[in-house]
Amino acid sequence: MRRGARDGVVEARGVSVRFGGVTALDSVDFTLADKELRCLIGPNGAGKSTFFKCLTGVLRPSEGDIRIRGIDCVGAHPHRIAGLGVGIKTQVPSVMNGLSVRENVWIAARKRNSTREADRIVAETLERIGIADSAGEPVGNLAHGRRQLVEFGTVLAGDPWLILLDEPAAGLTAEEAERAVEIIIEMNARAAIIVVEHDMHFIRQLAKTVTVLHQGRILTEGHVDTVLGDPLVRDVYLGKSQ
Amino acid sequence: MTARQVLSSVAVAAIVMFVLPVFFDVLNLTTFAAYALLALSLGFVWGYGGILCFGQTAFYGLGAYVYALTAINTGEAWSGFFLAILLPALFAAVLGAMMFYGRLSDVYLAVVTLVVSLILFRFMNHTAGEQWVIGEARLGGFNGIPGFPTLHIPGDPEAYIYDENLYYFTFVVLVLCYLLTRWLLGSPFGRILVGLRENEQRIELLGYDVRARKTAAFAFGGALAGLAGCLYANAAEIITPELFGLGLAAEIIIWVIVGGAGTLIGPMIGAAVLGYLKFVLGLRAVKEVFGRENPLEATLVFGVILILFILFLPRGVVPSIQGWLGRARPGRAGAFGAGRRRRTRAERARSNA
Repeated sequence: MRRGARDGVVEARGVSVRFGGVTALDSVDFTLADKELRCLIGPNGAGKSTFFKCLTGVLRPSEGDIRIRGIDCVGAHPHRIAGLGVGIKTQVPSVMNGLSVRENVWIAARKRNSTREADRIVAETLERIGIADSAGEPVGNLAHGRRQLVEFGTVLAGDPWLILLDEPAAGLTAEEAERAVEIIIEMNARAAIIVVEHDMHFIRQLAKTVTVLHQGRILTEGHVDTVLGDPLVRDVYLGKSQ
Repeated sequence: MTARQVLSSVAVAAIVMFVLPVFFDVLNLTTFAAYALLALSLGFVWGYGGILCFGQTAFYGLGAYVYALTAINTGEAWSGFFLAILLPALFAAVLGAMMFYGRLSDVYLAVVTLVVSLILFRFMNHTAGEQWVIGEARLGGFNGIPGFPTLHIPGDPEAYIYDENLYYFTFVVLVLCYLLTRWLLGSPFGRILVGLRENEQRIELLGYDVRARKTAAFAFGGALAGLAGCLYANAAEIITPELFGLGLAAEIIIWVIVGGAGTLIGPMIGAAVLGYLKFVLGLRAVKEVFGRENPLEATLVFGVILILFILFLPRGVVPSIQGWLGRARPGRAGAFGAGRRRRTRAERARSNA
């Protein structure tokens, strides 16, 4: 990972990913400013998750350059990227099922803090996301929505300055989704956030700026109302545009 | 781990240590204590690190050979004693690094570790010739190495520690290793290791280097197994390539399953009880009851035990007992990851879905 001076928190230039003959991402340019909240949307197969995996280091792009706070992250291991202060939430709730809620969040908090400090952060975080009442419960026993909240907790406890969320609203009830929106907006006060999502209702509640991916390319980028009102975007979602 | 827990563990261990010789032969007990330490090593690596090492015998046998070879060459025991911990740990670190940095997991890892152990088994079997010598020590092939100096009081190579004293020494070492492992599991390293067992990807995405942590855990397991091999060598006073063999490799897994993976005490009890069972089945008196067609052959009996446990008590003895006690006393989730014990099969199925 090399350092270099650039503007945004995330700078992606010409990022392409090819699986054999299939081009999943085609020369994507993407910039995220500090404290910005950006939604990444697009129909299935648009390349959202592929792009997300490039950012988190799970996938290495075939071509292109990704910098996070000016640090070259192409080919860096996920733990190195996370270690920079990046909080990551995957699509499927990725939690430690056999451990209690408290233990899950503690492991996240301990990464950058002493044991005592971590204990304090855990108590605070559990209050903040509203799952303090199940602190001792094994996460595997919780319902899906509560487990999503626990994962939010693990992201929060790391006190990240960049947060990457892959489909945070998936499988949530309307009430839980509202809670998730609140949490994300609250987190946005301290961190830049990228949300990959295709629940339009959820996106309207959240974002100002939206980037639309389609067939591995960026189709359009702009304010949420403009973009969602764009006939081209609607066609893409309805499968008309080829 | 609190001071109170340490004291109570030590008190219980002391009682057990002094009561056992009343009923059993001390030489057997020494062997079982070495087995228990070996089981502890796998119980840690597998039960807490989630690393199914099928070749824990590699480090065990290595520990025994390193001890014997060093003891013959130096004429005293203690340098061999410490090398028997150090070298298997280093070997485990190198092997572990190759596997974990190569992203090997689950069944491949089990196969690789088993094969490593079997390679050592084959190799040691082929060292019967006179050209196989390390210093003054002959490797001895399938005959093994007999007659090496055993443990003695430090500074006085003539004052051997044997019989009852060797038993007490082995038992104390076992208890110290148990406490050390408990302490390690309570430390941030151990807690994160348990998290890693539960969800490797999550730990990685929280910024922890999974590969380095697994390698370290594996090396610690290798050190314990090597020490177990050294203690066994002192009890048996002869070592053979069988220490690396498939039979023992499988037995360790059975000890851990029967005693209960995910606890430390379970595998130790499993090792001692099944070790004793094997001893009883091997007694001439027991064999003569059935004549030559002995249906109670140890391998067969162990196989049946394993199947019965997998069918009826898949969590093993100790976690099941803890589960029953835990139901009576809810909210007593002491150790990190203790919540795991009380999960039912349905919950597990749901969370895996």
